[in-house]
Amino acid sequence: MSAAALETRGLCKSFGALTVADDIDFRLEPGARHALIGPNGAGKTTFVNMLTGALRPSSGRILLQGEDVTAVRQAARVKRGLGRTFQINQLFRRLSVLDNVALGVAERRGVARRMWKPASRHAEVRDESLALLASLGLADDADQRVLDLPYGKQRLVEIAIALGLKPKVLLLDEPAAGVPSLESHRILEVLDRLPADISILIIEHDMDLVFRFARRITVLVQGEVLLEGAPEEIAKDRRVHQVYLGEQRHV
Amino acid sequence: MEGFLSSLVSVAFHGTAFGMILYVISVGLSVTMGLMGFANLAHGVFAMAGGYVLTSMISRYGVPFPLALAIAFAVVGAASVVLERLLYSRLYAASDLEQVMFTIGLIFVAVAVARMIFGTLQQPVILPDYLKGQFPLLGRDFPTYRVFIIAFSAVMVGVLWFGVERTRWGAMVRAAVDNRAMAQSIGIDTGRLFTLTFALGSGLAGLGGALGAEIIAIQPTYPFENLVYFLIVVAVGGLGTLRGPFVAALLIGIADTAIKYWYPQYGAFLIYVATIAALLWRPAGLFGRQHT
Amino acid sequence: MSAHAGGYSANPRIRWIEWLPFVLAIAAFFALPEYLSLGARILIYILYALSLDLILGYAGIITLGHSAYFGLGAYVAGILGARLGVSDPLVQLVAAAAAGGLLGIATGAIILRTRALTLLMLTLAITSVCLEIANKATPVTGGADGLSGIVVAPILGLFRFDLFGKTAFLYCLVALLIGWLAVRRLIYSPFGASLTGLRENPLRMHAIGAPVYWRLVLVYTISTTLAGVAGALITQTNQFVGLNVLGFESGGELLVMLVLGGVGRLYGAFVGPLVYLVAQDFLAKQFPEYWYLGIGAMLIVVVMFARGGILGIVDSIVRRLWRRA
Repeated sequence: MSAAALETRGLCKSFGALTVADDIDFRLEPGARHALIGPNGAGKTTFVNMLTGALRPSSGRILLQGEDVTAVRQAARVKRGLGRTFQINQLFRRLSVLDNVALGVAERRGVARRMWKPASRHAEVRDESLALLASLGLADDADQRVLDLPYGKQRLVEIAIALGLKPKVLLLDEPAAGVPSLESHRILEVLDRLPADISILIIEHDMDLVFRFARRITVLVQGEVLLEGAPEEIAKDRRVHQVYLGEQRHV
Repeated sequence: MEGFLSSLVSVAFHGTAFGMILYVISVGLSVTMGLMGFANLAHGVFAMAGGYVLTSMISRYGVPFPLALAIAFAVVGAASVVLERLLYSRLYAASDLEQVMFTIGLIFVAVAVARMIFGTLQQPVILPDYLKGQFPLLGRDFPTYRVFIIAFSAVMVGVLWFGVERTRWGAMVRAAVDNRAMAQSIGIDTGRLFTLTFALGSGLAGLGGALGAEIIAIQPTYPFENLVYFLIVVAVGGLGTLRGPFVAALLIGIADTAIKYWYPQYGAFLIYVATIAALLWRPAGLFGRQHT
Repeated sequence: MSAHAGGYSANPRIRWIEWLPFVLAIAAFFALPEYLSLGARILIYILYALSLDLILGYAGIITLGHSAYFGLGAYVAGILGARLGVSDPLVQLVAAAAAGGLLGIATGAIILRTRALTLLMLTLAITSVCLEIANKATPVTGGADGLSGIVVAPILGLFRFDLFGKTAFLYCLVALLIGWLAVRRLIYSPFGASLTGLRENPLRMHAIGAPVYWRLVLVYTISTTLAGVAGALITQTNQFVGLNVLGFESGGELLVMLVLGGVGRLYGAFVGPLVYLVAQDFLAKQFPEYWYLGIGAMLIVVVMFARGGILGIVDSIVRRLWRRA
């Protein structure tokens, strides 16, 4: 079996008596378009935080491209190719869109620690950042302050920053969350056009997006994996319907 | 050996008196920092004010000592309410830097006002006759006033701890320290709670300053000189707790007295080094909640 | 347009208005020869404030104890000149810078693992420790009386420190010029951009793979080295160093100057000390109590209504005029 892009074995997390992650075995295949769904409070964001290293698991292992990263710190995992977006935007709000992306690009290129040549003269960082913004339709907003942009565009900036890190594995935490439906098609387009060699795990509540985007779905309920499979299987499964009873969904 | 034992007892005694004063002054700071998340570096101003009120009441108006103490508590508490409503409350959401700058500004103003009204010299402390002299305790003679300090502070501490553990006010404070947003959502009026708690903490500081005027001299530079000690008590004890600063205050009181007695050439150096070590070992304070 | 200099779109070329402080300084040299010692003091404090702005305005580290490094630099220069017979000012300067840097990296590496109150407390404790050492180690530091009899030889063997303070003023001006150019380069560099990112959103910086802790330690060390240089300058220009270079009062006063001028605006570090020290020179001598009262009240007002300091006010006036035009 080839190495998974991202894998967890027996991942657990407890806060005192409260168990938020219970023995999770998970595989993200190379080039995957994988969605993680589940009702509120199922532990999805906790799971992602453990994957990125923001949260330490109580037990279990995490492997990134076959290497054990359980003890590796967040910034180091980023260097190894793991990128993420946040459910609530974590942007540099008072800085320009260009600067937001350039900071990440500079880190990746090892330029960020240089102290002599002015940042704006680093053409390689600027050009790459501008090209990335252009591919997301944000080229005209490059010099705008992020906090002056509409929320939908801010969400795109969030994705742009992650893409600037050229991740091999990308974790998207509710990318369409809070975006008015008029603007969310932009996000969908961007997701569709993401390079095929990036392995993507997306957490979402918007079932339209999930069923359109994902080739594989994992259902997480109360910290445990309930079911995993192709979208058609998930859509038909009675247990999934039960779990989502009372919640909005479109199938 | 007997001489050494005797000095040990003496150091422990005086250290405890100092520690109690430190605690009475600093406990308010611990609670308001834990409750409002506000770094009130100007807390020493309230202690100083209490000291000035006491000494003025006694020397200028001949007010009897117990009454003067009570007045110090009340006046400082009331003044703090005014300050809180007018100024502090507007800054609860401000950045750390802004809060620090504001309180430094307050210190400057207080120091200037103190100098203008009272001059730059230390205030003399005139004790009533029944608190002067020596008091026999367990076969030894101790300065009566220091015995009084320890006893009175112990009573105050007891009342405070009882109040926080048993009263409704105390329960609200503990809830709000633990989780402010949660407390608000269950209907606790945090605005009024803050004001009341702030008043109590500042009043206590004033009381501590007045009570301890003999140990920590009342002079205009008081808030500058003693800030470090108050902050150490809170930081090492643990923000927002009651027991932590108590232990920290006694430790510091006794350690400081011991060092000044046996190794005066080191001064407060060892205290600061110990503080640094303690904070590096446990950044949230000895009894504070450690964040994973 | 934000107030932050630097970033990947910023034009790094020095605008003519940025030379203004130096033009003014040279003008003052010729026009106000009686005020040269005040002038040197202002120049030194500008350098000192620049070093603080690096960590406060750019990296967002709140410290009350920056005076530890200033004071250490001051005492190192003083001890070299008074006790160890090393009178060459440039050697004293380099030694002070090195001392500031060494203490900075040692303390920074330890305390930058903490945040908020703990960090603030530690910075205060460190400067207090330095104050206590200087106070008690009388044979070396002169104790409470301070260290006098500091010999400062002519700079490069040519420029003697004259009684009118002319050499001192120009010496400080050159030091400030070099320091300013260095800080400015740093701010406009990719490193400087990452510092701004650190201040704006440390969580995000972790998430883009930035080694946050080491960046903070590095900028802290650069800052303390500069503070050490400023400390040496103050000893050399006064040929005396006392306890007032250390401790909370000194560190707090610097913070006040910087906030007054405007934090994180590069030139706040110029405006703040200038306004503060000139006002202090005129007002404090006459009415010392009113001086403290005024400064305290002004701080409260600034925090309540004018958070960006003097430069912030200037900025908003300029912006309002621009809108009218």
